[in-house]
Amino acid sequence: MARRGLQEINAGSMADIAFLLLIFFLVTTTMDQDIGILRQLPPPVPDDMEKPPEVKQRNVYEVLVNSNDQLLVEGQRMDIRDLKAGAIEFYTNPSQSPDLPQLTRVSRTVVQDNLNKLRQALSEDPENKEIKDKIETWEDKLIAIELIGDYSELPSSALISLQNDRGTSYDMYISVQNELSAGVNELRNTLSEEKFGVPYSALNTSDDNDKPKIKAIRAVYPQRISEAEPKDLGTN
Amino acid sequence: MSKFGRKGKKKNPEISTASLPDIIFMLLFFFMVVTVMREDDPKVKISKPNATETEKLEKKSLVDYINVGPPVNKILGTEPLIQLDDSFADLSDIRQWIEDNRERRDEAEKPAITTSLKVDKDTRMGIVTDIKQELREANALKINYSVNKGSAIDN
Repeated sequence: MARRGLQEINAGSMADIAFLLLIFFLVTTTMDQDIGILRQLPPPVPDDMEKPPEVKQRNVYEVLVNSNDQLLVEGQRMDIRDLKAGAIEFYTNPSQSPDLPQLTRVSRTVVQDNLNKLRQALSEDPENKEIKDKIETWEDKLIAIELIGDYSELPSSALISLQNDRGTSYDMYISVQNELSAGVNELRNTLSEEKFGVPYSALNTSDDNDKPKIKAIRAVYPQRISEAEPKDLGTN
Repeated sequence: MSKFGRKGKKKNPEISTASLPDIIFMLLFFFMVVTVMREDDPKVKISKPNATETEKLEKKSLVDYINVGPPVNKILGTEPLIQLDDSFADLSDIRQWIEDNRERRDEAEKPAITTSLKVDKDTRMGIVTDIKQELREANALKINYSVNKGSAIDN
């Protein structure tokens, strides 16, 4: 008896146990990665809010989608394939068209001047949130100038206004959102490639080196897609 | 003579299965790492639309899902319904639901809460717009339209 030594534990059933666990995990978990289009909704409008100032027609890129999933962009029928190019044209206004926003050149002196003025105003009224926000945007512009140099800027009121009908299909809505983003992203990528050698999409939001670059590019090409208050555009 | 006799009796050596558990464990770990736990039973059928300009949702624990689509159970009709967590809900339930979800989380995490809309691509925008208005009222302003990667133009 003593000569027999220790008996080996049979490991044959180990595989069965592992299989069981494997199958359990296969069943209870999902592979699908959650990706999507991130958007910020506008805060609710209080009833007693005064009417916002009228925005110049040329500063608004109006995109309407009807219940037949047809696009009306700036009063013209448009195919979804052309929307990206349209958005890019709106952002850059290459032909200095009077129907598209007028871009202004931003230079260091102007930004510095404005920042100084705002800081002065803040020192007189340190709790004013509006001034603080303004300082933040101008600081971003300063970062942009330091990293990119002088650039042309969209007027602050310029925006892409998207309006859809209740009967529009979700599919079409996502396509439109996607194409508009694609336009902005393409501009951002080109600029980033030119200035930093990497596309914008490759910049890492959690990397301290990349953060100012992201801010700078966002200051040059802000994503201004606004959704109008819903209303019925009529169904047919 | 004896040479042949011996050959006939010799058994094939058994393949060792000792490494089989290791292989299976490797597979198991692979699945444990790349997958996530299924959160809720889908009660509505959702096929997501395609898009190219996507971002990845960073913190899964800070994401709440609103599912909208035709119910899986045909008895309930084909009109899109809203599913919150594990049950169907009305538009008016959304506000309370958002509030409850907010209560569960730490104060520091509250601004990062994202509401992800998983909507079937054949849904009409009416119901989505209503949901978005509810979310605005509830001050849940960070939203995400859940999509699959793919060309949006062929949608």
